Amino acid sequence: MNNNVLIGYKQRDNFVDRLTGTTKLIGLIALSVIGMVSFDTRFLLVLTICSLALFRLSGIKFREVSFILSFITAFSVLNLIAVYVFGPQYGVHLYGTEHVIWQGVGPYNLTWEQLFYEFNLFLKYIFTVPLALVFLMTTNPSEFSSSLNRIGISYRISYAVSLALRYIPDVQNDYRQISKAQQARGNEISRKGKLTHRVKAAAQILLPLIFTSLDRIETISQAMELRRFGKLKKRSWYAEKPMKRNDFLALLVIALVVLVGIYLFRVNAGRFYDPFR
Amino acid sequence: MKKPIISFQDVSFQYQSQSEPTLQHLSFDIFPGEKVLIAGASGSGKTTISRLMNGLIPSAYPGKLSGKILINGKSVTDQTIFDLSLRVGTVLQDPDTQFVGLTVAEDIAFALENDGAKQSVLKQKASEWAKRLKIPAILNNHPQEISGGQKQRVSMAGVLVDEGKILLFDEPLASLDPVAGRESIELIDDMQKNGETTTVIIEHRIEDVLYRPVDRLILIDQGRLVANETPDKILKSGILAKLGLREPLYLSALKYAGVDLNQVSNVDSVDKVNLSAQTTQALQQWVKPVSARKQKNDATPILQAKNISFSYDSKQVLNKLNLSLNGGEMVSLVGRNGVGKTTLSNIITGFLRQSAGDLILNGHKINEASIKERADHIGYVLQDPNMMISKNVVSEEVALGLTLRGIAPDEIEKRVNETLKVCGLFEYRHWPISALSFGQKKRVTIAAILVLNPELLILDEPTAGQDWQHYTEMMTFIQNLNRKIGISVIFITHDMHLMMEYTDRVVVLNNGVIAYDDQPMKLFANLDLLKQASLVETSLFTLAQRIDVDPEALIASFINQEKVVQANE
Repeated sequence: MNNNVLIGYKQRDNFVDRLTGTTKLIGLIALSVIGMVSFDTRFLLVLTICSLALFRLSGIKFREVSFILSFITAFSVLNLIAVYVFGPQYGVHLYGTEHVIWQGVGPYNLTWEQLFYEFNLFLKYIFTVPLALVFLMTTNPSEFSSSLNRIGISYRISYAVSLALRYIPDVQNDYRQISKAQQARGNEISRKGKLTHRVKAAAQILLPLIFTSLDRIETISQAMELRRFGKLKKRSWYAEKPMKRNDFLALLVIALVVLVGIYLFRVNAGRFYDPFR
Repeated sequence: MKKPIISFQDVSFQYQSQSEPTLQHLSFDIFPGEKVLIAGASGSGKTTISRLMNGLIPSAYPGKLSGKILINGKSVTDQTIFDLSLRVGTVLQDPDTQFVGLTVAEDIAFALENDGAKQSVLKQKASEWAKRLKIPAILNNHPQEISGGQKQRVSMAGVLVDEGKILLFDEPLASLDPVAGRESIELIDDMQKNGETTTVIIEHRIEDVLYRPVDRLILIDQGRLVANETPDKILKSGILAKLGLREPLYLSALKYAGVDLNQVSNVDSVDKVNLSAQTTQALQQWVKPVSARKQKNDATPILQAKNISFSYDSKQVLNKLNLSLNGGEMVSLVGRNGVGKTTLSNIITGFLRQSAGDLILNGHKINEASIKERADHIGYVLQDPNMMISKNVVSEEVALGLTLRGIAPDEIEKRVNETLKVCGLFEYRHWPISALSFGQKKRVTIAAILVLNPELLILDEPTAGQDWQHYTEMMTFIQNLNRKIGISVIFITHDMHLMMEYTDRVVVLNNGVIAYDDQPMKLFANLDLLKQASLVETSLFTLAQRIDVDPEALIASFINQEKVVQANE
C-alpha cells in the first residue's frame, strides 16, 4: 500500500513519452557516460539545465518521485561529505593550485579547489537522476525490453529485465505481508523494538520472501515455456514502436551533445575545466 | 471408429525426486471434440497427467516414463514442449501468475510473439480473440486493473490464438470466486461447442465442473485409473466419496433420503435430475422442520469495530464500518474478491491503520497497540502458508512466537507439545517443514498462531486448494478447537457450504460496509446480495426449491445427517 514508493511506468502522452524506448535508452546511456567522464563545469551546467527541462517536459509530477528523491538527496549529501572526509586535498591535487578559504586542522582545511571539485560532482548527480527517472517512468517495460533486444541484447535477458520491473510491486507487497506476519509472531520491527533486534528480525523475513518469490518465478517460467518462449532465436514484440522523425532528431541532438563533450576534452586538454589558472 | 487425439497406453511415471511412481499403468483415450474431466484427490497424480500432456514433463520435471503417450498420433517423447504447445494449450491454475504480458493485448499475443509473427498479425489476432472472448474493452488494460474472471478469459485467449487444438485446464476453479468460476465453466463450454476443440479439465470440484455437461469422467486414485465412464454412471456408483472427493450435494441429499440413485435418471445436473413423485416424497419426508438454533456463544463482545474507514489510492475501501464479535463465535466474512475482506482483517490485526474509527478489544481501545501487542489476543493466519513459515523444523516454527516473547524454555516445550497434539502434528514435530503437504503446512501455521493462546482467530481461506477429505479434516479440527477452548473464529471464505455447515453467522462486506449480518441460511433468500457478494447458491437450495420445501430445513437436515455419517466413520 506504499504506492508512492514505487517508480513505475504510466502513460503520459507527451513528446518524451512518444519517443521509442530505444532512443531513450541510447540517450540515457550516452549522456550519462559523457556526463560522468567530463568535468567541464560549463558543459555539466548546460546538461543539468537540459535534464531538468526534460524532466519538466515529461510531465512527471514531483509528488510521484518525492520519496525516491529525498532518498537520493540524502545519499548524495552523505557521499559529498564522505568525499571530503576521505580526500580533503583531492581538489588541490587535481587542479595543482591551492586557494585556502579556511585553515583547519592537518589536511582538513577548506579550499576553493575542493569546493569546485565537489560542485562538479554535485552537478553530475542532479543531471543524471532526473534523466534516469524520466527514462524509467516514461518507458513501457515491454517496450523497454524490445528496445534492449533491438540494441543487441538477447531477448531472454531483455524479457527477464522487464518481468523483474513488473514484479517489483508484487514482491514489495509480499514483503509487507510477510514482515507484518512476522511482527505478529513477536518479531518486533516497529519503532517500539530495539535497533539490533530489528535488523535480526528483518533477516527472518528474507527466507519466506525468497521462497514465495522462487515459487512465483517457477510458475511464470513454466507459463512462458508453455507458450513457446525460447523456441526461436528471435521473437517479435507487440509493444515495439517504429522509429519516427522525432526519434532521429533526438538521436541527432544526443550525438551533438556527446561530440561537444568530446571536443571540450581537447579544448581543456583533459577532462577537467580549470578556472584557477 | 474415430482415432483418439490423446492416447495413454500403460503409462507409468516416477519423478526424479521421488521414491515411488506417481502414475502406474494408466491407459485411456480421449477423442477429438470430447470434453473430459479428470478428477482425483490431492496427490492422486492428476496434475502429473496434465504435465505429461503439455510437455512440462520432462522439460521442467524430469523423471522415468514408461508406456506410450500419443498426442495426434505422435509420441510425446519425440516432441519438445514447444511442439506440444501447438497441439495442447494449457491454462494454468492461477491466472495471475500466468499473466506474462504487461497488458491484455500483449498477453494474448505472447505465443505468437515467440513464433516471431509480424506486428500487424499480432495486433490483428489479439483484437480478434479479445472480441471472441468478449473482452475487447480491456485490450489495453494492465492485469491489476481487471477481475479474476476477466483474467481467466485472457489466459484462454492466450492459448486459443494457436487455433484448432486441445485445451487443457489445470484446476480452473482454484483461484476464482464462485460466480467467476461458474462463468469460466460456461465459457469453457461455449468454446468447446463453437470450435472443434477437445477439452480436458483437471479438477477435484466435480459438482462445480458439472454445472455444464461433460462427456466423460476419468477418476484417478493413487496414480491408478479407477473409473472411465460417463458422469451419470460414475455418480450413480457412489465411488467419489471413497476416493476423498465430494459428491454433488444434491446427490448426497437424495441418498440420505433413502433414494436409490440407480432408479433416477439425469443425475449429473441438479436442474435436470429426474424427481419422480416417489423421490420427491422420500425427500420431503426426510427433511425435518428446523429447530431454532441455540445461541451457544456468550454475549460479551470480544472485538468491536466502530465507524472504521480506510481508503487506498484515493479509493474508499471501508466506509464507517461497524462490526461486533462475541466470544466463542464462528463467523464467515464474505464478499467478492477485492471488496476489502483482507483489508478489514489487516486493520484488526494492525497490519494496516484505519484512517478513522476505533477498534475495541475486550472493552479496551487498541488503536495505538502494535501488531505484536494485538497478536497476543488476535491470531491471523494468511492464505499462503509459505508466507508465514520462517524456520526449517516443525517444532521450531511453532515455538518461534514464544521464543521471541522471551518465555522460559520448559514452558515453551510444554506449550508447543500441547499445541502440536491439538493440531495432530505431534508425530511430525522433528520433520523438516519442506517435506509436509500443503494442508499440513497450513496446519503448522495455525499451530504457530494457536500456541500464543489468542482469543480470536482469523483464517484467510483455510480450505483453499484442498480436496474434500482434507477440507473436512481441517474444518473438523477448527470446530473442535472452538468447542474445546472456546476460541472465536473468523473465516474469510467463498465456500457457501463451509458457511452453512460450520458457522453460525455470515457477514457480507459490500461497498465498504456490512451489507448483511445474520444466519447463513437466510442469506440465500436474498439473491441480489448473493450476486453482489459473488456467491452462488448451493445445489441443496435448488433441490429444495424443486421439491417445494423450506431450503433452510433441507440444508439443516443435510448437515445433521452429515455429522452423523462422519461420527460413524
